[in-house]
Amino acid sequence: MDIELMINSFPKLLSAAAITLKLLSVSLVIGLFIGLFFAILRLNKNIFINRLAYGYSYIFRGTPLLVQIFIIYFGLGQIEYLRSTILWVVLKEPYWCAIIAFALNTGAYTSEILRSAFQTIKPGIIEAGKSLGISNKVIFYKIQIPIAIRQSLPAYGNEIILMMKGTSLASTVTIMDLTGVAKYIISTTFKPIEVFIVAGGIYLFMTFIIHNVIKFLEKKYSFN
Amino acid sequence: MELLAFGDTGWGDELFYATLMTIAVSITAMLIGFLFALIFTPLKLSKNKFLNFIANSYTTIIRGVPELLVIYLFFFGGTGAVMFVASIFGYNEYIEINAFITGAFAIGIISGAYSTEVFRGAIQSIDKGQFEAANVLGLNKFGKFFKIILPQTLRLAIPNLSNVWQITLKDTSLISVTGLVEIMRQSYIAAGSTRDPLFFYSFAAVLYLLLTFVSMKLINKLEVRYSRGY
Repeated sequence: MDIELMINSFPKLLSAAAITLKLLSVSLVIGLFIGLFFAILRLNKNIFINRLAYGYSYIFRGTPLLVQIFIIYFGLGQIEYLRSTILWVVLKEPYWCAIIAFALNTGAYTSEILRSAFQTIKPGIIEAGKSLGISNKVIFYKIQIPIAIRQSLPAYGNEIILMMKGTSLASTVTIMDLTGVAKYIISTTFKPIEVFIVAGGIYLFMTFIIHNVIKFLEKKYSFN
Repeated sequence: MELLAFGDTGWGDELFYATLMTIAVSITAMLIGFLFALIFTPLKLSKNKFLNFIANSYTTIIRGVPELLVIYLFFFGGTGAVMFVASIFGYNEYIEINAFITGAFAIGIISGAYSTEVFRGAIQSIDKGQFEAANVLGLNKFGKFFKIILPQTLRLAIPNLSNVWQITLKDTSLISVTGLVEIMRQSYIAAGSTRDPLFFYSFAAVLYLLLTFVSMKLINKLEVRYSRGY
């Protein structure tokens, strides 16, 4: 056990953890909007729109995140047309490529979580709103969405943790996040166990915090 | 399309074998995972606090740490660990561990943590009366487990195990970093030598979709079979 290495690498890994958290929070925010958008499309009665939203979530949930990142990072740069558009400013940066991939991936899972939450809302609640003369739009924004968010909190908490682990893949496209720095230290010192303990400890700590925040929110917004 | 031709001109046969490799690694990892679940599920259900603690640490650590980090641990640390064990038995030569074994083991440990949770949940949701009834019938421990508990556990566990299988299958893409030639690695090689990453990575995505689609169909059949009594 090389305690000195563990102490020395701790600050480096901690500052890398900040990048992990940044990647996570940005992609979660974008992913939440994507997820909400596609969840609403899934509730649409039009079969074409419905299938489109299902296809999106099926493809992104059925393929590894690594493939998605590689397609966006290595693949999209190959399209000549894209290189000439304004999008290229974003797509040439590995950081944004990773965020796009993460956001689309978590968006797919989030859309499924929200869809099932919308579907478990008792029809009686919506009918109660209608009989009070509330317009459909207000029912949706003031009744359905808050209930759906409450319903989906436990599942969404799991998704946040899965996504946090997913951000480790950013290290495959040259981003020095927590896993990237850990791998760098391992490959220069050949002390995998020590580095794993420190980096894994930081990840576990973040998991622990997220888990407890979600638990707190669940309690705060519980119905009884 | 000619990029996918079989033989020397295209990458069709290489990708075909890579797909077989992905399937082989996934199945091996899943089985290793079952082995871990077989050890840790009883520990989780045990009344002994210390055994509980061991099993909980295993599942918490593995499920809270990124898969890639676990794979790096095994990739960089596996050789060292095996050589250390070998040196105890007096063998001091360099040992190179096969990428397949390292990869399957790393993914297996991850999948085992998920399987453990699934089996624990399934066993706990079996009605208490079932255990009591088995006792009343005078079944011995083995009879109780194999005839009463296991069939019911499997029925409850299969839907969740199919999720674990999906996770495991997708996780195998990460072992490409160790150099094992599965779908992801082969696509990386093909993309590098043809300079057509968009095509090959998209094709890799299609292969993974195909694998998840087919395995879902098969698992659904299994699910029907195990719930035929209901």
